[in-house]
Amino acid sequence: MSDITLKITDRQGKTHQVQAPTDMNMNLMEVVRMHEIAPEGTIGVCGGMAMCASCQCYVINNVDLPEKSDDEQAMLWEAFHVKENSRLGCQILITPEIDGLEVELAAE
Amino acid sequence: MIKSDILIIGAGPTGLFAVFEAGLLKLKCHIIDALPQIGGQLSELYPKKPIYDIPGFPEVLAGDLVNNLMEQCKQFQPGFTLGETAETIDKLNDGTFIVTTNKGTQHHANAVAIAGGLGSFEPRKPPIEDIEFFENKGVEYFVRDPELFRNKKIVIAGGGDSALDWSIFLSDVASSVTLIHRRNEFRGALDSVEKVQELKHFGKIKLITPAEVIGLNGSEHLDSIDIDENGAHRKIETDYFIPLFGLTPKLGAIATWGLEIEKNAIKVNNSLDYQTNIDGIYAIGDVNTYPGKLKLILCGFHEATLMVQSVYQRMNPGKKYVLKYTTVSGIDGFDGTRKEAEKAVVKAIE
Repeated sequence: MSDITLKITDRQGKTHQVQAPTDMNMNLMEVVRMHEIAPEGTIGVCGGMAMCASCQCYVINNVDLPEKSDDEQAMLWEAFHVKENSRLGCQILITPEIDGLEVELAAE
Repeated sequence: MIKSDILIIGAGPTGLFAVFEAGLLKLKCHIIDALPQIGGQLSELYPKKPIYDIPGFPEVLAGDLVNNLMEQCKQFQPGFTLGETAETIDKLNDGTFIVTTNKGTQHHANAVAIAGGLGSFEPRKPPIEDIEFFENKGVEYFVRDPELFRNKKIVIAGGGDSALDWSIFLSDVASSVTLIHRRNEFRGALDSVEKVQELKHFGKIKLITPAEVIGLNGSEHLDSIDIDENGAHRKIETDYFIPLFGLTPKLGAIATWGLEIEKNAIKVNNSLDYQTNIDGIYAIGDVNTYPGKLKLILCGFHEATLMVQSVYQRMNPGKKYVLKYTTVSGIDGFDGTRKEAEKAVVKAIE
């Protein structure tokens, strides 16, 4: 399987274009950590269980993403700086369908 | 002054296992943790989640692992200072340390092991103007002493277990409890959700949803809050506002101790003993970093084991140490208990 390309804007406003593998069962939060786009300890605090919202991001372009699970939705109801296009990075799996996705990391 | 051989900062799995390994070497430990309970993230974030990569446990709930670790180390009688964070550290001329917590508790130890995970858990503060001004003047992020709220009007905000559970608990203590959440739906244990439903029905809890607290008012002390309820703004009189939006880990004061920090973690000497750049201060578990570091509980256990050996050498310079196996030597607890393998029977068969 091939890699997909993602554009991730960090918390300082800088956009990073990165490649992410679709065959490693990764999620978007892990891609951010892998490329060190947010400092360790400020993202993926709960490890990816939709329990901390430290990986909240705003989806910028129109890419079809899977529906939010109840856990993700409930966590977003408790998070801060939430917008209509907020998602939790840890709940977005890296699959060929999301090639070209552009997101911006929410404030800590 | 609380004395110990090893002062452990962090009561997570790594810190608890360090107590056990230290006990085998007759070293006494004391643990400080910012949270009011032991277990670190396992208790705070995911006590009911299964963990599958603890050697020998095909599956264990995080909360059960914490209980087991406590059971395993309890005969070594660790001391606990819970609900306090390590604030300052002073190294004395004899190489020992004095660590003072934010509450002023002083600890004297031969060595300090930082097993702080991702850092000490601090409350996530909602972005409301002046919230810091009202801290300890009506805004409380934890319920440390429920008596503070006796016969007072309180407002709790949040949509998870702690918001539900504290609303239930305080409905018998406070004169009025109002629970505010951005949505009608709550995420919590089913019986907590049902209990709040019941208390609402009996008028013991006032539920305002979907709504958000947007302002705090008062001169010396909080006297009211502003809420946005479906776009309509109104004021609610209250004595206390308790926002319960979970906790976030921060390295905190430890970051100012002169330790080498890299990527929010403490650099250690992993080829030897997980000691930091300061002789006598160790960092074990998720809080440390070294080439090849993996943030796994099982790696924390290994690091804790090597750390206590190093502390033993530090406290007993020149003394030869022979590794003992618990299967052979058993375990002598500091509480006078002894665990050992059953002796085989040697008897002729006639």
